Amino acid sequence: MFMSNFKLCFVFAAMAAFAGAASAQDIGRPITEADVAPWDISVAPDGDTLPAGSGDVQTGAELYAAQCAVCHGETGAEGPADQLVGGVGTLASDAPLKTVGSFWPYATTTFDYVRRAMPYFAPGSLSDDDAYAITAYVLHLNGVVGEGATLDANSLQAITMPNAQGFIDMYASDRE
Amino acid sequence: MTKRNEPRDYAAGGGLLNRRVLLGAGMAFSAASATGAAAARLEIPEWSQYPGLPMSEYGQPSPHEGHVKRRVLGLYPEGIGDGAGVSFTPLEELEGTVTPNGLFFERHHSGIPEIDPERHELVVHGMVKQPLVFTVGELLSLPKVSRLAFLECAGNSLFNSLAEPQQRSAGEIHGLIGAAEWTGVLLSDVLDLAGVDPSASWVLAEGADAAKQSRSIPLSKVMGGDAMIALYQNGERLRPEQGYPMRLVLPGWQGSMQTKWLRRVKVTDGPTHTKDETSKYSLLQKDGKAQQFTFEMGVKSVITRPSPGVAPTRPGLYQVSGLAWSGAGRVSRVEVSADGGASWADAMLDGPALPKMLTRFRLPWNWDGAPSVLMSRAVDETGAVQPSRAEWYEPWAPGQLYHQNAIQAWALSVNGEVSNVYV
Repeated sequence: MFMSNFKLCFVFAAMAAFAGAASAQDIGRPITEADVAPWDISVAPDGDTLPAGSGDVQTGAELYAAQCAVCHGETGAEGPADQLVGGVGTLASDAPLKTVGSFWPYATTTFDYVRRAMPYFAPGSLSDDDAYAITAYVLHLNGVVGEGATLDANSLQAITMPNAQGFIDMYASDRE
Repeated sequence: MTKRNEPRDYAAGGGLLNRRVLLGAGMAFSAASATGAAAARLEIPEWSQYPGLPMSEYGQPSPHEGHVKRRVLGLYPEGIGDGAGVSFTPLEELEGTVTPNGLFFERHHSGIPEIDPERHELVVHGMVKQPLVFTVGELLSLPKVSRLAFLECAGNSLFNSLAEPQQRSAGEIHGLIGAAEWTGVLLSDVLDLAGVDPSASWVLAEGADAAKQSRSIPLSKVMGGDAMIALYQNGERLRPEQGYPMRLVLPGWQGSMQTKWLRRVKVTDGPTHTKDETSKYSLLQKDGKAQQFTFEMGVKSVITRPSPGVAPTRPGLYQVSGLAWSGAGRVSRVEVSADGGASWADAMLDGPALPKMLTRFRLPWNWDGAPSVLMSRAVDETGAVQPSRAEWYEPWAPGQLYHQNAIQAWALSVNGEVSNVYV
C-alpha cells in the first residue's frame, strides 16, 4: 500500500546505491543460527527450541521460595504481583481469575517467560535447569504435574494444560 | 439586525448546530462579547520592554504549560516492578491530531532499557535464506518511508470496562493512544534482504528490554506494505520510552505488537504463543473461552472538549471537539449527541481523514445551561459503527478489559462540571 511495484524496484536499486556497494546484500552481516542461539530464547508449543537440561519440583520449590515468593506469594496465590495459581473454573464467572493453571494454554509459554523475564530484577539469570525446575514447581502448584515430576524438553512439551482448548484463534477464523 | 449570538441552524437536540455554521462568517463565540465590560486602556507588558532570552539547543514548552503532563500509573506496589505500568497522553490538553513526543503514552513491561545505539543490533533469522545482523547505522542507511499512524494500547479505555464509571480525565481513561509521523524502513525490505522462506507464515518480534517483550505477527501484515521498523518519530529519533533506537510500527494493530527496542525478528511457520498473546491480550468471552490474535483496533471516538476538567464556563456557543480513529482504515463519519443519544448531528471532520490515523472532529453547540449528556459515535470506511457500552459488553466476560471501544458519555452539570457516565 505504500508503494507501487515500480517504486519498489526503485527502492531496491536505491538500496544498492545507498550502501555504496554493488549489492543490497552488503547491508547486514551474515550470521549462523548457532551464533544467534544466545538470543533465540523463544519457545513455541512444538517445543523445538527447548534447551537441554532438566529440573524437578523439589528444586523448583527451593528456587521459588528464594527468588519468586517475594512478588508472587508463598504459594503463588498471595501476590502482590500476578497470581500464578488458582482460578480454575472461574473463567465464565463474574470474577474470572486467569492464572497459569486456569488460563495459560501451553506449558512451553511458562518456561519461555520464566527464562526470559524472571525474576523481575534479574531476568535471564536462571540457568536452563533452574527454569525447568521453577516451571515444574509452578505447574505442580497448579496440579498439572505431580510432586515427584522432573521436566525436560520432552516431558515439558508433552504436557496438556487444563485450559488448552479454551482459546479461539480469531486470526485464523478471519482468513477462512 | 440579527443579534450576533443567535444561532439559527440547529442540527440535533440539546443545542447542537449544523457543522457548517462554523464555516460561516459572523458567528462569534460567547467569550468575545458576552461580558459587556468597559474596555480598559491597553498596557504594555514588561516582556515587551527588554530583550528576551537567547536561543536554546533544544526547545521546551512554556513554563506556563508545565501542568500538561503524562499521568503515570504503576501496576504494582512501589518497589515491586516500578518499570511495569503505563503513562497516559493528556488528550484533553492537546489539539490537532499529532501527539508531541514527550507526551506520547507509555506502556512498559519491564522498564525502559538504556540502549547504546553503537552496540544495539537487530537479528533477522529463522525461516530465511541467510540470517543477518543489522547495526543501527545500516538500517539508517536504507531507503526510508514516512507515514502518519495512531498507536493504541489494546488495554486503552479499560477503566470504562469496570462496572462503575470512573471519574478520571479523558486522557486518564482514553490516553493510551498517540499518533505520530513515523519514519523508518519497511520491515518487508529488511526481511527481503534475508530472503523469506515461501512456506513461512508468521514472525516473532522481540525487544531488547529486560522482559524481552515478544509477540507473534502474521507474515501477511509484515509483508503487506505498511509494517515499518521506525527510527524517527515526528522528525526526530525515537525517544527511549518509545523504543530507541528502533521499534515496530504496525498501523491499526494493537500497540503491544509494535515491539519497542526491537532486537530480533524470527521468521516462523506459526505463532509462538508468547505470554503476551496467551495470558494477556486475549479477550475472555462470556462462555469462558478466550479470543486470541485479535489484532486490529476497532472504530472509536472520544470527545475531549468538553470532558472532565475542560468545560464551558457559561451558556452559549461552544465548539465540541474530539478524536476519532479506526484500525481498519479511514474514519468516514462522526456523529455527536448532546441529549444522551436521543438525537445526533454530523460533526465536521477537520482536515483529511487519513487511514489508521487520528481524525479531529468539531461541532458548534449552543449550550442552554441545562444538564446535558454529550456523546460521539464514529463510523469507519468499512461501515463499522462504534458500539454503545451495552453492545460492546455483550460478548465478554465481566473481567474482559481489552479492545474497549464503546461510546463515551460525558455529563455536563449546570455549573459546568463534567463527569463520566454510563448510558
